Amino acid sequence: MTIALVFLAIIMATALGWLVRQTLNTQPWNANDPVENQPGRGVLNIDPAKIGLLSFIAVVTSLFALFLSAYMMRMKLGDWRPLPEPDLLWANTAILVLASFAFQLTRNAATRGRQAAMKIWLLVGGVCTALFLLGQLVAWQQLSTGGYLITGNPANAFFYLLTALHGLHLLGGMWVWGRTTARVLSGADVESVRLSVELCTIYWHYLLLVWVGLFGLLLST
Amino acid sequence: MPLVIALILLVVGSLLFHFLSPWTFTPLASNWGMIDFTVDLTFVVTGIVFVAVNLFMAYAIYRFRYKEGARAKYEPENKKLEIWLTVLTTIGVAAMLAPGLIVWAQFVNVPENATEIEVVGQQWRWTFRLPGEDGKFGMTDSRLISVDNEFGINPDDPHGDDDVLVDDAIVHVPLNEPVLFWLRSKDVLHNFTVAQFRVKMDLVPGMETYMWLEPTRLGEYEILCEELCGVAHHAMRGRVVVEELEDYQAWVASQPTFAELQAKPPGDPVLGAASYAVCAACHGSQGEGLLALNAPKLSGQDPRYLKRQLRNYKIGLRGIHEDDVNGRIMAPMAATLVNDAIIDNVIAYIGTLPDTPAAATVDGDIAHGAKLYVLCANCHGADGQGIKMNAPRQAGMNDWYLLSQLKNFKQGLRGHHPEDLGGKQMRLMAQTLQDDQAMRDVVAYINTL
Amino acid sequence: MAYVAIADRDHEIEHHDPTTFITKYVWSQDHKVIAIQYGVTAMFVGLIALCLSAMMRLQLGFPNSFSFITPADYYQFITMHGMIMVIFLLTALFLGGFGNYLIPLMIGSRDMVFPYMNMLSFWVYLVSVIVLLASFFVPGGPTGAGWTLYPPQAILPGTPGTDWGIILMLVSLALFIVAFTMGGLNYVTTILQARTRGMTLMRMPLSLWGIFMATILGLLAFPALFVSAVMMTLDKVAGTSFFMPAIMSMGENLSHEGGSPILFQHLFWFFGHPEVYIVALPAFGLVSDLLSTHARKNIFGYRMMVWAIIAIGGLSFIVWAHHMYVSGMNPYFGFFFATTTLIIAVPTAIKVYNWVLTLWQGNIRLTVPMLFAIGFIFTFTHGGLTGIFLGNVVVDLPLSDTYFVVAHFHMVMGVSPIMVVFGSIYHWYPKITGRMFNETLGKWHFWLTFLGTYAIYLPMHYLGFLGVPRRYFAMGDTEFMPESAFVLNQGITISALFVGLVQLLFLYNIIVSLKKGKPAGPNPWNATTLEWQTPDTPPKHGNWGDELPVVHRWAYDYSVPGYHDDFIPQNVPADATPATSEHGSDT
Repeated sequence: MTIALVFLAIIMATALGWLVRQTLNTQPWNANDPVENQPGRGVLNIDPAKIGLLSFIAVVTSLFALFLSAYMMRMKLGDWRPLPEPDLLWANTAILVLASFAFQLTRNAATRGRQAAMKIWLLVGGVCTALFLLGQLVAWQQLSTGGYLITGNPANAFFYLLTALHGLHLLGGMWVWGRTTARVLSGADVESVRLSVELCTIYWHYLLLVWVGLFGLLLST
Repeated sequence: MPLVIALILLVVGSLLFHFLSPWTFTPLASNWGMIDFTVDLTFVVTGIVFVAVNLFMAYAIYRFRYKEGARAKYEPENKKLEIWLTVLTTIGVAAMLAPGLIVWAQFVNVPENATEIEVVGQQWRWTFRLPGEDGKFGMTDSRLISVDNEFGINPDDPHGDDDVLVDDAIVHVPLNEPVLFWLRSKDVLHNFTVAQFRVKMDLVPGMETYMWLEPTRLGEYEILCEELCGVAHHAMRGRVVVEELEDYQAWVASQPTFAELQAKPPGDPVLGAASYAVCAACHGSQGEGLLALNAPKLSGQDPRYLKRQLRNYKIGLRGIHEDDVNGRIMAPMAATLVNDAIIDNVIAYIGTLPDTPAAATVDGDIAHGAKLYVLCANCHGADGQGIKMNAPRQAGMNDWYLLSQLKNFKQGLRGHHPEDLGGKQMRLMAQTLQDDQAMRDVVAYINTL
Repeated sequence: MAYVAIADRDHEIEHHDPTTFITKYVWSQDHKVIAIQYGVTAMFVGLIALCLSAMMRLQLGFPNSFSFITPADYYQFITMHGMIMVIFLLTALFLGGFGNYLIPLMIGSRDMVFPYMNMLSFWVYLVSVIVLLASFFVPGGPTGAGWTLYPPQAILPGTPGTDWGIILMLVSLALFIVAFTMGGLNYVTTILQARTRGMTLMRMPLSLWGIFMATILGLLAFPALFVSAVMMTLDKVAGTSFFMPAIMSMGENLSHEGGSPILFQHLFWFFGHPEVYIVALPAFGLVSDLLSTHARKNIFGYRMMVWAIIAIGGLSFIVWAHHMYVSGMNPYFGFFFATTTLIIAVPTAIKVYNWVLTLWQGNIRLTVPMLFAIGFIFTFTHGGLTGIFLGNVVVDLPLSDTYFVVAHFHMVMGVSPIMVVFGSIYHWYPKITGRMFNETLGKWHFWLTFLGTYAIYLPMHYLGFLGVPRRYFAMGDTEFMPESAFVLNQGITISALFVGLVQLLFLYNIIVSLKKGKPAGPNPWNATTLEWQTPDTPPKHGNWGDELPVVHRWAYDYSVPGYHDDFIPQNVPADATPATSEHGSDT
């Protein structure tokens, strides 16, 4: 459970550090602070949708951290036999990096109001992601024809489980991407989709990070 | 006002209940008096807090009850008071924790010279293994478990040969000697508990767990499974007998070793045929059973079950209740089979007899019986053929006999002897059948299997 | 474009009031309607779970007298009772119900930040409830593995419901987690980003702190349940060996190999212990507000209370293995977890002291909500103190898996949060419905429930000391149980059935008062928090009419010296002189 605990410790430490600054020296019953000093504002100057996404990312991180904890604990038991990662995964990783990069360019285009560039990079990002997912399926195919079935060994089972979980999260992102793309293709202006594009970009970067972490773990064990 | 009185009465009532209650720890039978001490200490500390907080609250409610025109005091906080309360609480908590951790350290560290006993759990039965003369257990593997090797001992491991196997839910332990229990499960989680010993631990399949204690009081105590292990969880009982060291050693010597069991020749049906002559008088020459004499069918029955019941008759675990007329007839008959070899031979001979399904004589609501049988199927198998290492066959045997035995179990004519743990289990199960009709229904359903 | 806070954007945001019955009451995105939908659904399944407990008690008090309770049924009842009460009633009611209703009203917001997701949250929750209840109607019935669902037993024959029941249970839990996550993200984001002007975090009522922290715990802890549910489903359906070692079942060797049942327990309790506080923290928060309001006194040590909530929330993640002292895990863990567990007693004790000190020098009105709040302090103190027994690792040895545990967690996690649930429903009923409940019936409800539950659980602890194991279908003739213990069991059963029936009073009261109750007015308790200052009662869609309220003070200005009234609502400006201070809504 160490991984899960480290993750939680980081979250808690961040939250606590921030709360201490917010609360330690206030005397809330002292009502004399003029109201102008207490503006109605969120704790961070960003859009609630982004806060929502960041919270969701914290939840997903908790999920992966717990899976990794389970992975590490299960790995220590006697019957663990690591499986050979298909080389295809390197190519998939490169494609996912491309996707993430394309989303970054989409976001840049959106903030600068460049509709055409945004449209192109948005499409590139989506296509790369689809290719990545397809590549993951092919990798599964290679492994199962190579005799590495899910029931064969917990290492295999974890491989399928973790890649599937990561893929499902990407698929969820693709749903939002699809809706955004549909709006962009039907001519919505940059301003109205900018938030969606920004959220997608953050999410894709995050999932790239998760994938790199997972891939690193799979390679090193 | 009623609330104030109620709170005070609840506090006083709780204290009275605590001191007057006849329901408290069973008398201690092990060295873990320190656990009882820690419990008592915790009672004192938590009791003081319970009384203080609630009486203070009752007083506050009385003194500061609503009065027209009265006004509460405005006091956002009182740092000094809060710090004092925190410090006091911390001290109280530390006072309870410290002895707890010290005793736990004793529990975790097993004395060097402890007598080792392995407890093996399965749904829903206890068995035990001792390391034998070499003091080492043979290696085990769940894959090796079979009817001939119930403990799954690796036959290639020489340490296993002298392992003493106790194929019964009764274990003996020596008085005033530290005993280390190794705990192992064949199937699901179980938990080895003897209330009088205070300590307990789960049996986890795939790994070995342990606990140790030193029995300090002679007597027999009940072993309970305290981790939910399926529908017969509550019927998974055993016994532990605390006795003097010499008695314990004699008991160990009387139990077979793994090598002995492996080397034992199978029963000889030819010799058994001769001994069976006396059985044939009632049970029929083909072991087909005879209703007129209340003698059930034997052919086709699980040999291990037959052996266990013959043994139970012989040593007085069955056929002793005065109302169990037929059992009382069988008991002296079983006594005529003077030793294990003869019993093995007879059972081997019964194994050669033709197994013709018995005719149905009991009617009942088959659909209802099918519902009731769901419970039975967990041990006796969905097809009523019995499950090896667990419970005997029912389908194709005499239905009138099944019915009579269900009644006997329910009424306590069978399975009431404290050492007949298989019978005790069946008693708990038979009690779930509300009436004779339910028994008929379930037997009628078994007839269809 | 610079960021503009929600409260400052109020005039730009268009509020579309729903017009049709369907959009208003069924596919509603209004947090108040969703709260009621959550609340009613949760109470409905809670009633089912209550009936299940009545059946269990019948068997325990009068063993083998009822042909409709077989061992399989019994284990199915305990499993469903536990799971429903913990997850589908208490978690859903405190966060989905009270959280949804109170968060926007208390922080002065028009709704949740993501109303559509909030609506989805309820409907996914409803589906999870339906899936769960569907398991009563599949072959083999619901799972009987106990609410902890420990493998290997949960997915093997010998336990009821291993074909369908366990799968439906796992699917239902996964759905619940999805629903909870959607709701939880909403609660957190709303509290962080949608507070009205002047509502700093430290001016929030403790209710919100409790709900806020519980939601964070839930968001981080429920994934552990999700992980274990997914892995167990694979073990069951795909034949993997995450948790399954090489074992026998029904006399045959299974193909699993090498897995660890203890791994499941770690994951389960990594969720399971924070879950206790997911239920407890909102109760702590709500009861603080009830006590303060009805004692006409500020909550004592507000900052300490906030920090205690945070400390308990943080610590709750490093105590999980105290549920596993006798599980066969590495026994050296016992030292660590016993220590952390007893440390958590300190902030918890501080909360109890501060509640009692809030009563001290108050002007206590023994209204129905206040009675329940005091009932909470009593039962929670009792349950918390027995928790110290079980948290201390050696004391747990004799008591683990006995009725002491059952009595403890029912006291601390059953009775005491339910006291807060009742108290809070009575407290906010006038705001939710605009009418008062029947006070006399409410008092009867309190007295019978409070005394009745104590009659159930106090003796139960002592059965535990005797060594009576929990999760036993019947005790049979267990040698160490005297005849009197069986009589005691009958007494407990009678009390339990009685308390169960008494809840009809509550249902009758809240249903009949909907029509017959006296009109309550906007602020019948003279409370300070924002939800009592709405222009309409019950609040309309959008909550605040034309203007959002502005907050000028903390939530506990009761009996402030120099003011005429004994309360000053949060939206009264600081410079309002004593003579001109008014009560009621002045927005």
